[in-house]
Amino acid sequence: MAAYLVRRLWQMIPTLAGVVLLVFFLFKAFGGDPAEVLGGLNASPEQVDAIREQLGLNEPVWVQLWIFVKQVVGFDWGRSWATNEAVSQLFATRLPATLTVMLPILVLDTLVALPIAMAVAHRRGSLTDRAVMVITTVALSVSFLVYIIVGQYVFAFQLGWFPVQGWSEHVGTNLLVYAPLPVLLAVMVGIAPQTRLYRSFFLDELGQDYVRTARAKGMTEGVVLFRHVLRNALIPILANVGLQLPGIFVGSFLIEVFFSIPGLGREVLLAVNRSDFPVIQAVTVYLAMLTMVINLATDLAFRLADPRVVLK
Amino acid sequence: MSAVLTAAADEGAAAVSEGVWHAAWRRFKGDRVGLGSMVVVLAFVLLIAAAAAGLVARDWQDEVGVPNAPPTLLGARAAAAGDGGIESPQGPDVDLSDIDPLAPRYREWEERARQYRTQEQPKRETLPFGGDRLGRDVLAKAIKGTEISVFVGVAAALGATFIGTMLGALAGFFGGRVGDLLEWVYNVFESIPNILLIFAFAAVVGRGVEGVVVILTFTGWTGMYRQVRAEFIKHSTREYVRSAEAIGASAASRMFRHILPNVSHVILVRMSLLAVGFIKAEVILSYLGLGVRVDQVSWGTMLAEAQNELILGYWWQLATATLFMAVFVTAFSLATDALRDALDPKLKGLA
Repeated sequence: MAAYLVRRLWQMIPTLAGVVLLVFFLFKAFGGDPAEVLGGLNASPEQVDAIREQLGLNEPVWVQLWIFVKQVVGFDWGRSWATNEAVSQLFATRLPATLTVMLPILVLDTLVALPIAMAVAHRRGSLTDRAVMVITTVALSVSFLVYIIVGQYVFAFQLGWFPVQGWSEHVGTNLLVYAPLPVLLAVMVGIAPQTRLYRSFFLDELGQDYVRTARAKGMTEGVVLFRHVLRNALIPILANVGLQLPGIFVGSFLIEVFFSIPGLGREVLLAVNRSDFPVIQAVTVYLAMLTMVINLATDLAFRLADPRVVLK
Repeated sequence: MSAVLTAAADEGAAAVSEGVWHAAWRRFKGDRVGLGSMVVVLAFVLLIAAAAAGLVARDWQDEVGVPNAPPTLLGARAAAAGDGGIESPQGPDVDLSDIDPLAPRYREWEERARQYRTQEQPKRETLPFGGDRLGRDVLAKAIKGTEISVFVGVAAALGATFIGTMLGALAGFFGGRVGDLLEWVYNVFESIPNILLIFAFAAVVGRGVEGVVVILTFTGWTGMYRQVRAEFIKHSTREYVRSAEAIGASAASRMFRHILPNVSHVILVRMSLLAVGFIKAEVILSYLGLGVRVDQVSWGTMLAEAQNELILGYWWQLATATLFMAVFVTAFSLATDALRDALDPKLKGLA
């Protein structure tokens, strides 16, 4: 176990180096001149030169790369170009809002899709199964945007069940007043693809020999489904949840934009629109790191959940 | 799509054993849902071709109707009170020509005005699918938007397929150092959450249709790479490839003349899935202002406008864009499912 852990951590280094290189050269080669972005439209050439000097843009490329690496390792990204807010401060203040919305979405999504998927997989080929499959296909073909636009209009503007948008200082108020509508809409949209995926996992298990054996032994369908099939199908399902975990940190930026939730996703989008390079670079590199760590944690969790899994 | 399949089927019919494409077409023909969807997709392709050639929806930017003209089915909007402009004054006309300093010149101006022909553009009260804020025909916009959205999705899918197939073929066929290097590149792209990768590219690539295609191409190739690589690893040790090597076929020839045709059905299915995903992604990028420019129209920009219109009760642009997108994407997805079932019968009914 320890040897495995060390090797996996060791393997992360080249990948992380690749992420740093990719981000560095992407912005270096195609990103335009940061000094001109910073200086604005009215900057004189002297001012632009001064900014360039200050940012170290006149140094050779490898020196700049070294500065960039030092920033990554030292967790010091300086300040946002647009708001002059420290990038670390930005992370700390935006992340809670994102998690307040995204964690309930992830949990509800899984809990709702699971029983539906099991039910339709059990009745494979029946009218219910086909109807659910057709409905999910059609539901999937409509853009997420449409659901949010219509949902916000109907539930918040017309019916007045929820506030149209907003956010407060208190976690409790946020969870109970502002988060429900975005969460509801995201879960409604997320259920269709999730159900399809989980259905295929259940179908995989239902075709196995042990299911036939269990039925042949005369076990009730309930026992077969809940004791045998569910436990085995949970493994790929949990793997899928693990894959989604890194995503909750960026959040559903669309939801954050629509409902004016001051989260990380909205902040990144703002940064893209303002050409605020330090923010985009920092978020990209750190979320890549986080993704790798979470993937490792998921793999370890599997080892604990399923003794058949061999870590290599 | 079907033209390709038919051609392949004709060739296959002459051969002794049934080719993969022939067998697939035979299975596909039996799938009524798949055939129906394919017909819908082909109809859309014709519509897009007509729009691209300028036969329909060329003047989608013309303001042919009154602002927010309702759909014809609903009938014209009842003129709201106070909407009729300034009321004309009541009472007898008063001749002011003796004190009006401009009076002597009225006749002259009228003469000069007569030299120009002005045409009163009649604004239509209703349009088939309604009008937008400027009175542009929503139907024409939706057709033009279909052209752009589908073009972006398909072009980006082709690009991503090309990159993914090339790199996947190299990594799977050669393995070793080349494989390790490409695996490293793949891992780097995979470790960044997809949406962040798109944002990072969007921050540096310019706006516009080409920009979206570039962004989606360079962020979306990884899945294709993975699958093609796995297929090439599987095939590169098969007997037919070794036989080809024995008679002196070069590496490039083995990769692209022998193996590639044998995995092309996998690539085709994956490419269709990519196209659907990219069409949806374009809609969201355009909505966020990272996509097509304002002088172009796509489903995404239509939805962005529709959000503000909805509050005022003008729902038709939202409905039309959604309808077009839903019909096309559903048909395309169902056709892809049928295609996958036809090409790989083992998977049928699983996903």
